[in-house]
Amino acid sequence: MLWNTIHLALQAIRRNLLRSFLTILGIVIGVAAVITMVTLGNGATQAISNQIASLGSNLLMLMPGQMMRPGTSGATPKPFDIRDVEAIQTQISSLKAVAPVVESTATVIYGSKNWSTSVVGSTNDYFITSNWKFASGRSFTEAELRSGKAVCVIGDTLRRELFNGKDPLGSSMRVKGFGAEVIGVLVGKGQGGMGRDQDDMLVLPLRTVQRRVAGNQNINQIMLSVKDGVLSDDVVKQLKLLLRERRRITAGKDDDFEVFDTKEIAQTLSGTTKTLTGLLGAVAAVSLLVGGIGIMNIMLVSVTERTREIGIRLAVGALENEVLMQFMIEAITLASVGGLLGIAAATLASLVLTKMLFVPFAFNLGINVLSFIFSAAIGIIFGFMPARRAAKLNPIVALRHE
Amino acid sequence: MTNQDGPLIELVGLTKSYGEGAAEIQALNGVDLRINEGDFVAIMGPSGSGKSTIMNILGCLDTPTAGAYIFRGIHVETLSGRQRTLLRRYFLGFVFQGFNLLARTTALENVELPLLYRGVPKHERHEAAEAALGQVGLTGWEKHTPAELSGGQQQRVAIARALVTNPSILLADEPTGNLDTKRGREIMDLLTSLNRDRGITVLMVTHDHDLAAYAKRIVRFVDGVVEHDAANGEGR
Repeated sequence: MLWNTIHLALQAIRRNLLRSFLTILGIVIGVAAVITMVTLGNGATQAISNQIASLGSNLLMLMPGQMMRPGTSGATPKPFDIRDVEAIQTQISSLKAVAPVVESTATVIYGSKNWSTSVVGSTNDYFITSNWKFASGRSFTEAELRSGKAVCVIGDTLRRELFNGKDPLGSSMRVKGFGAEVIGVLVGKGQGGMGRDQDDMLVLPLRTVQRRVAGNQNINQIMLSVKDGVLSDDVVKQLKLLLRERRRITAGKDDDFEVFDTKEIAQTLSGTTKTLTGLLGAVAAVSLLVGGIGIMNIMLVSVTERTREIGIRLAVGALENEVLMQFMIEAITLASVGGLLGIAAATLASLVLTKMLFVPFAFNLGINVLSFIFSAAIGIIFGFMPARRAAKLNPIVALRHE
Repeated sequence: MTNQDGPLIELVGLTKSYGEGAAEIQALNGVDLRINEGDFVAIMGPSGSGKSTIMNILGCLDTPTAGAYIFRGIHVETLSGRQRTLLRRYFLGFVFQGFNLLARTTALENVELPLLYRGVPKHERHEAAEAALGQVGLTGWEKHTPAELSGGQQQRVAIARALVTNPSILLADEPTGNLDTKRGREIMDLLTSLNRDRGITVLMVTHDHDLAAYAKRIVRFVDGVVEHDAANGEGR
């Protein structure tokens, strides 16, 4: 008997292709929307946390100047110099690495190719604070750093764009009119968040950049890595005290520099992405609801026809249970086919969109299961409830239903 | 369980009322009627005389308020809804005025439907349905859906659906009501030959004297009671 009922249910689905298609479509859209949005939201969150991790752990950044507040003058802030760096190194003991950074952009030429990239002047500490690993070659020697020799360590993008699979070690490139020998290649970190390519850069000794690219002794930025187990808040306090003293800021005046703690940035960003994911989820939930209402409409519109059908079946000798079972199987089949297609569509859409938006594809089993169950429930409830009412009718009344 | 010697159907003091209190309508008011195996009965009467009500009660689609409905010795009024459905499934065949075929479903599948609920295996179902369609003269139309058939053909499919289970009685509620005179006569000829050649008991409701003339016996209803019951041809 069950087999017969399944047969009847499938027959009914085939005979009402448009209705079946619309029902499935409603479920597919609802499920696909929810899963895609949540997957993208999760991907964005993951991208941001990856980016923060690639910045380096326990990282502090020192920059001259203050963020503009109402009522402050826009005076050009005094940059740092190498003596500030040395003072920090000697006076604050809880730091693992202190890297002075001068950043600039330059066109780099190798052979017949040229490439515009960002040029970083720093010390070996930069590789620690920014979490860089070497793919090949070596970091700078003391002598190279002291004398400002033209040697460089290149990022993965540069290796790919300029060297075309050749080993770049030992080659000489032209950077802003001087030749620099490649002594090291960094491991690629991949695409950073928001489409920024972190690997599109090269590192030269600090002095080399100051002398040959920037043309002054200024340091734009100091990156500091805090030792494990040390509270970064304490270090920030010590840094502020030291720098206020060195920059002769009298009591009561504002700092003319800024200390950024990546931990704080990370917290702010992850808060933002959580809000974002919540928002996307809410939008998606609305689309699931709309899909559900669509299913409900189709089911209710077909009630008249189906009520007569139920009347006919009862009149030729079908039991109420048999009719209900048929409608249940119909609803379950449509809902689960729709749910599975929705999951497939969502996976495809997520794969494409995550590629386009440069965020990782984060598969979330929970949301797949949840939206599948939700849509299946809507399909079953609205497919089944009107049928239940109709099957309880006297066959005569059901047959006369207009 | 069944009594083959007595009448096929016996109604004793059957009443049916709708509504309650002042709004109560007495559709049947003590009907006594016997129908024997092989009979061809036409039930006639003006609108509201209770002829459709008696049809629905005989078809186990409705239940009487009081009185007895004995089908082959079984007191139908005491049966549960499920038992009445099973009685309908195994002993009764229905033909409605409005055909009531499943839309977008082929003639063959429509005819197979009652067999499906009986659990008849697929190829037997097919053969029986094809044979039934042959009996109503629709060989070659098996794959057509109701929308592709004329009214007369649709009613033939409905008759084939009622016949395919070899029912004890064929209940036809104004079977020609939606058809023109010519198609109506064809359907009546078909019912007559089924009764004459295959001995199928036929009970038909109609308000048309010309159609009632096909029956062996005519029962007239007025105000919920049998006013006249006589073999066809005897004086009215």
